[in-house]
Amino acid sequence: MSQVLQRTSATGTRATKVIGALAILVMVWVVVSGLILTPQDVVQGESVRIMYVHVPSAWIAYLAFIFTAVASASWLISKKHSMGFDRFAGASAEVGVMFMAITLITGSLWGRLTWGEFWQWDPRLTTTAFLFVTYVGYLAVRRLEGSAEQRARRSAVVAMLAVLEIPLVHFSVVLWRSLHQGATVLNPNGDVKMDDLMLFTLFSGVVAFTLVFVWLVLHRQRTMLLVDIANRQGLDAAIAARKTEGSVR
Amino acid sequence: MKDAGFILGSYFVTLGAILVFAFVTLRRAKESSQSVDEKDKTWL
Repeated sequence: MSQVLQRTSATGTRATKVIGALAILVMVWVVVSGLILTPQDVVQGESVRIMYVHVPSAWIAYLAFIFTAVASASWLISKKHSMGFDRFAGASAEVGVMFMAITLITGSLWGRLTWGEFWQWDPRLTTTAFLFVTYVGYLAVRRLEGSAEQRARRSAVVAMLAVLEIPLVHFSVVLWRSLHQGATVLNPNGDVKMDDLMLFTLFSGVVAFTLVFVWLVLHRQRTMLLVDIANRQGLDAAIAARKTEGSVR
Repeated sequence: MKDAGFILGSYFVTLGAILVFAFVTLRRAKESSQSVDEKDKTWL
């Protein structure tokens, strides 16, 4: 069985295959419903269809960054300093950055249709761009020279600080005057004014992107483990070669 | 559909980014896997 899996994917298992298949199925539904089945919005017209990819990608990016912070804190707090926490934090941040980039691009396209411009230095847009750049910086910190433990410690501290930006981004539409609309689904009074199929498609988008997130993080953190093992084996081999060299002299 | 270019573009960007990320991830996994023993692949 393991050899069969090895041929198809180095980091795949039966679970990742099931998650991947479910992600594809739900994603197909989101595309069909989002582009064809759902009605137009009374105010925004057809452009509301961008919501079904824009909003879930933003939510999953937030979720990914929160997971990164939790895993980083777990690494710092745990006595064993398990590198699994660090790899999970790194994998989650990478996927989060991808979803944040999708959020910015799709938001820009939606903005062009509703505001007439691709970009405005609006509080929500500016803080979101700042969040994106911060996590690109986090990924850069992970690539700095040093041991795996040094990488984990540095990046954990950055992740703990970076996650504090998320409430700022989310509440920016409340704290400042913003062009960006306020929360429709996650509004404080819980009164959701949206067509049932639109709401269902939006939540389907969240489910699809969550499945994609899980699938990507599982593969990515396993790849990180493979790289760490290969690096350790390379270092061990170099040390052994040096010792042999010394004993010959 | 009005503004189809922008709407379809947003779906194309979303699905394209996910597919490229998934492809790169699987390729990296395959490359990294070659130098590691099977016993170290704890998920198998």
